[in-house]
Amino acid sequence: MLREKRAQDIEKVLAKYPPERRRSAVMPLLYIAQEEYGYCTPEAIREVAEIIGCDPTEVKSIVGFYTMFYEQPVGKYVIDVCDDLPCALRGADRFVSHCEKKLGIRVGETTPDGKFTLNTVMCIAACDRAPVLQINKQYRYALDEQTFDRMIDELP
Amino acid sequence: MAELVNVTIDGVTVAVPKGTLVVDAAKKIGNHIPVFCYHPKLKPVGMCRMCLVDIGTPKIDPATKQVVRDENGNPVIQFMPKLTTACTTPVSEGMVVRTATEQVRAAREDILEFLLTSHPLDCPICDKGGECPLQNLTLAHGPGVSRFDYDAKFHNEKHVPLGELIFLDRERCIQCSRCIRFQDEIADDHVLQFHDRGRGMEIITFSDPPFDSYFGGNTTDICPVGALTTADFRFKARPWELQSAQSICTHCAVGCNITLNTRLETRHGGFEIKRVMPRQNEWVNEIWICDKGRYVHHFTRSEDRLHLPLIRREGRLVESTWQQALQLVADTLRAADGEIVLMVGDRIPNEDAYLLGQLGRAIGARVSVSPNVPSHYADVARAFGVGKDADFKRLGRGDLVLAVNADVEEQAPVWFLRLRQAVVDRGAQLIIAHHRSTKLHRYASAIHRFEVGRAPEWVQQQAETLAQALQAARHALIVFGDEHLDGPRARALAQLLANLLLQSGHAGRSDSGLLPLYPHANTQGVCDVLSPHTALPPAARVVWAVGVGDPQELPPAGFYIIQEVLHTALVEQADVVLPSLTFAEREGTFTSGDRRVQRFYRALPAPGEAKPDWWIAQEVARRLGFEWRYNSPAEIFEALAKDVPAYAELSYAALSRVVEQWPPIGREDLYYGGTAYDNTGGIGARYAAEAETRALPPYDVTIPEPTIAGLKRGPRMLYRDGELIRRSALLRARMVSLQQVA
Amino acid sequence: MATFYGSRNKTMERHVLLRDIDVPNIREIDVYLANDGYAAWKKALTTMKPDDVISVVKDSGLRGRGGAGFPAGVKWSFIPKDVFPKYVVVNGDESEAGTFKDHQLIDCNPHQVIEGTLLACYAVQANTAYIYLRGEFYEPAQTLQKAIDEAYARGLIGKNVLGSGFDVDVYIHLGAGAYICGEETALLSSLEGQLGQPRLRPPFPAQQGLYAKPTVVNNVETLANVPPIVLHGAQWYRQFGTEKSPGTKIFCVSGCVNRPGNYELPLGQYTIRELIEMAGGALQGRAVKGVLPAGSSAPILPASALDTKLDYESLQAAGSILGSASFVILDESVDIVWAARKMVRFFKHESCGKCTPCREGTHWALQLYNKLLSGYGTLDDVNMIGEVAAQMSGKCFCLLGEFATSPMLSTLKHFRAEYEAFVRAHSGGLRNGYDDELIREHVIDPAGNLIAGAVGQKRH
Ligand SMILES: Cc1cc2nc3c(=O)[nH]c(=O)nc-3n(C[C@H](O)[C@H](O)[C@H](O)COP(=O)(O)O)c2cc1C
Ligand code: SF4
Ligand code: FES
Repeated sequence: MLREKRAQDIEKVLAKYPPERRRSAVMPLLYIAQEEYGYCTPEAIREVAEIIGCDPTEVKSIVGFYTMFYEQPVGKYVIDVCDDLPCALRGADRFVSHCEKKLGIRVGETTPDGKFTLNTVMCIAACDRAPVLQINKQYRYALDEQTFDRMIDELP
Repeated sequence: MAELVNVTIDGVTVAVPKGTLVVDAAKKIGNHIPVFCYHPKLKPVGMCRMCLVDIGTPKIDPATKQVVRDENGNPVIQFMPKLTTACTTPVSEGMVVRTATEQVRAAREDILEFLLTSHPLDCPICDKGGECPLQNLTLAHGPGVSRFDYDAKFHNEKHVPLGELIFLDRERCIQCSRCIRFQDEIADDHVLQFHDRGRGMEIITFSDPPFDSYFGGNTTDICPVGALTTADFRFKARPWELQSAQSICTHCAVGCNITLNTRLETRHGGFEIKRVMPRQNEWVNEIWICDKGRYVHHFTRSEDRLHLPLIRREGRLVESTWQQALQLVADTLRAADGEIVLMVGDRIPNEDAYLLGQLGRAIGARVSVSPNVPSHYADVARAFGVGKDADFKRLGRGDLVLAVNADVEEQAPVWFLRLRQAVVDRGAQLIIAHHRSTKLHRYASAIHRFEVGRAPEWVQQQAETLAQALQAARHALIVFGDEHLDGPRARALAQLLANLLLQSGHAGRSDSGLLPLYPHANTQGVCDVLSPHTALPPAARVVWAVGVGDPQELPPAGFYIIQEVLHTALVEQADVVLPSLTFAEREGTFTSGDRRVQRFYRALPAPGEAKPDWWIAQEVARRLGFEWRYNSPAEIFEALAKDVPAYAELSYAALSRVVEQWPPIGREDLYYGGTAYDNTGGIGARYAAEAETRALPPYDVTIPEPTIAGLKRGPRMLYRDGELIRRSALLRARMVSLQQVA
Repeated sequence: MATFYGSRNKTMERHVLLRDIDVPNIREIDVYLANDGYAAWKKALTTMKPDDVISVVKDSGLRGRGGAGFPAGVKWSFIPKDVFPKYVVVNGDESEAGTFKDHQLIDCNPHQVIEGTLLACYAVQANTAYIYLRGEFYEPAQTLQKAIDEAYARGLIGKNVLGSGFDVDVYIHLGAGAYICGEETALLSSLEGQLGQPRLRPPFPAQQGLYAKPTVVNNVETLANVPPIVLHGAQWYRQFGTEKSPGTKIFCVSGCVNRPGNYELPLGQYTIRELIEMAGGALQGRAVKGVLPAGSSAPILPASALDTKLDYESLQAAGSILGSASFVILDESVDIVWAARKMVRFFKHESCGKCTPCREGTHWALQLYNKLLSGYGTLDDVNMIGEVAAQMSGKCFCLLGEFATSPMLSTLKHFRAEYEAFVRAHSGGLRNGYDDELIREHVIDPAGNLIAGAVGQKRH
């Protein structure tokens, strides 16, 4: 139960918004839920709905709208490679193909051992250091095939 | 009166209240701007972009703040650079709207073409086909051909159960959000939402249980395409095959106006109800009905319907003729020496109840309503009920709603909608007293609790404070129920509440008064026309029970005459069974809980040889030597109106009066209001409360002690245990189960 | 984890915004304080009335840096004085392709962003500010939160700041991946826990914004301008830029240049050509084919427009917009049809779905581009792209849908010949080189056949 396990974090989040506007906390709470459960599980959605006092349908809708909430299990590491125009002008597409090869999966898939999920994403505001990716929301800038391979190989 | 402003639409100038939306102003003068997302009962969102028009306003000189005029003295009109949504733009003085320009015409075509790139062309198998706004608007405004590559058409799931009762066809949905907004703004059950975004956006429910709302069926009426269909009606008939009859829902005291859609069915040797639709009556149900009213109609063609009179011979009920059955009844009554109980249920129309009452009195019978009919406070409601011209629409800021022992959503669902709007949308104050929580509690400004069954004591104790609160209000509406109260205690509660009205000066004022939560369509009516005894004798020679319904204890008697529509357990006790008609097979009137008398019309032929209750009463009377010659309920109503003072000013003609209603619903332009029906059968009329016509003294109340039996009376709910009608065996048996379809 | 920017090109003697280039470690509060940090904040609290702050910002002519360029001081003056509470909401959604200036400001000069936010709060008498950062700014958010915590610890934020009697709180709110949440009303809905879809206007945020209360929404960069303006005065600020576009602006340069990065320049002083030169010129000395001055949202400008001056008016006159000043440079090797498809895909992916023309139009347009790219396109399809764009244009609920038309309309306007050449060169299912990408996006199957109804990516 989130409420017990992450009581302090939840309190901190709720404190940011006026008490009668608890619904504002839906996104931060979903991040907490996702940290705990790996993705926005049906139970997590119901728990969040209860905390902010709204219907689970409304929370599910928020989960569905934003790309950073997952509705299915994902790998231990989620790798989001930008292949939007500015990055693509600097070889992002070729880079993505390399990532696929290195991980042995297609974009949108998770490695069979559950370690990596590979996605492409729209511009992530780091076009000056393309190709760029985020791994579990941490930026990795100015990559090339070697630095990518090293990163993958070194991850526990 | 709201301030009026002048707006000119395609050259026609009209004065409308300030704040009116352009789309509604246009509708007033017969200019039908096409819409999908806009619905006159929902807040505008402007998302479908179907209603784009060209809007201009008088140019204002920034220096003088005066309207700039041309050489002829006419205001110079400045048009907006882009087309504007008519559904989100309120009119302003001097506004000019153009809806017939080439640009507007092209925009309509463009939006329709866009919608059709994703919408399947499965009209031939779509339930909405024939009454579909998208279909109609495409014919009226759409492009001749689509330039879209048919192979690239969007495909999606087609039979998605959103709950037990509603199915979604994902590819038909045009993302107008009417269903979501109905659930959010009107029903306040937030069980529908969009999921994903862009072209992936679709309707979902993730609630527990899924799409569970007492009002869910209404979403299928306002869905502008065939995306939402009811499990009950889908694939059952095409709209153009259906015939319509105007009727009144019998399941609670609200008296929702409905239309019964029927079709010729060989199976039943005649017409069958295919669906129940709301019919507009802005004074009663607007354009909504609850799900019980919508779905619970299959009993009219139940296997258990009684088709012929039955007579007990050698311990068994055997079929007989009317001639034999009526003669037996007449003979038995004549021989009973007045030791007769004539008992009438509260689904019996006024005319029939009246005639039965006349007969009962003529033969010296004890005339009574069925023991489960809460008759003990009907006279209090007649005296202190809401005023003749009371109107839910007017309730708002400054007004007070007091709900005592009332679970309004369960017991009178559509009144819940109306009270909620008065409080949430228009700012009326709500005070609730109950021993448990109800949905209405969400909107209360003050909540009081009393012990189970202690409503009368609580009101008595709080009388001073309550009277003060009432006094401070402009109008005061008191809604009350009889949960855990037996008759005498319920009567005490009603009287105490009536005294509060007197004390606070609200008695007899139009928008104030009592609103009792009766269980059925005609509880008030049968009490009005029968003036029933309340106490039953310990035993009788003959008991004649008419429309008493559920099995229940009848007083011990030597002979039972049971007059029913269904073969209930009660029928098993009968010596004679007289088959009668449901509301759908005849005409008549019902009197709602707020004393509005309304007509309903015949939709179905009678099953077998079943007859209306009034006919049966008359035939028995004739065999007992009375010269009665009524040919129709209309004639009986005339007699009734002469005899029952409250009904003196009413007549079938008065009840059939139709008036122009706003918004206009159920005309050709289904895209505007949905598929609810227009009201051509009459909006009914409310008779005056006694307190309106003369000064009444307060009641002298002593609260009787509670009886165990009284305390055991749980809430009389339409929807048991807060769950949807899945609990209703009747409906369940007749609805396609989800498993079967999936 | 702190992150540093590769390009630390000095484009100004002393930067107004990218001060990290002049002052190492200015993101540390002590360094910031030692370099005029929070001096404007102290000045305002001790010597200025709220209206004085509005006046100086108004006089400075500072225009919003989020895209629309609306004068910040004027916006603040719309906030009603007698309604409470009020809010300041900082727009750090920065999702326009090619924009990464707010990112650098937050990473490297966070206190200036905070100080600007505080000054806005004081000016309109809001006691609460929310800084809405795009969800991907998880790391920058930590940097910013650390800076906020430091400022709280120094008594610069909180109750009764510096004994002035003014209370103010600053909170960070993270989005979760939706470009539309940069649009201010969608941002407010998102912040309220609703779907991130735009709202009807009126009411405008200044009247009914967050929680239906008066709300100022400003971009991160806009607010970063405020401390120097308050400290040094409007006239000082106006020494930079032009009469109508005063001040300095950060130009994000990306794409086919040797030194992509953020360049802070006075508005109106340099041309696009000079900006490209500052960024090291086009890759491998190739010629520039076109420039997107504000990411995917801005109409593309052909090489003939390279001498356009860098200010709001000049870019508009040239047929585009300055917007967020995210200059994506396309050189002669870039295939325009491919580039346009990337942009259309962006809008298809980011369309919130609320209104019909944007939801359906971006979907349809992407299908047409997919058809072209996969080698099955015809000249009719090229024409159809223009027609779909025209069909969307002027009918959408918000600007996202209108933006979506600009890659289509502007590339067709300037590079129609390339489209036609593309169709000729790739006809009959033959295409050159995009297979990996097209297979990845389910446009074609591995055998190279066009997948009917190819819709780009579906996420779930
Ligand atoms: C589709 C769309 C996306 C936008 N994205 C952003 C954004 O990422 N960041 C931003 O500051 N403003 C963005 N804006 C502009 C905002 O709506 C708003 O004008 C701005 O935050 C106002 O701040 P400013 O006056 O300081 O520029 C966007 C507008 C639209 C229509
Ligand atoms: S299901 Fe019907 S009412 Fe609901 S959004 Fe779709 S088209 Fe509109
Ligand atoms: S936008 Fe006006 S009816 Fe939908």
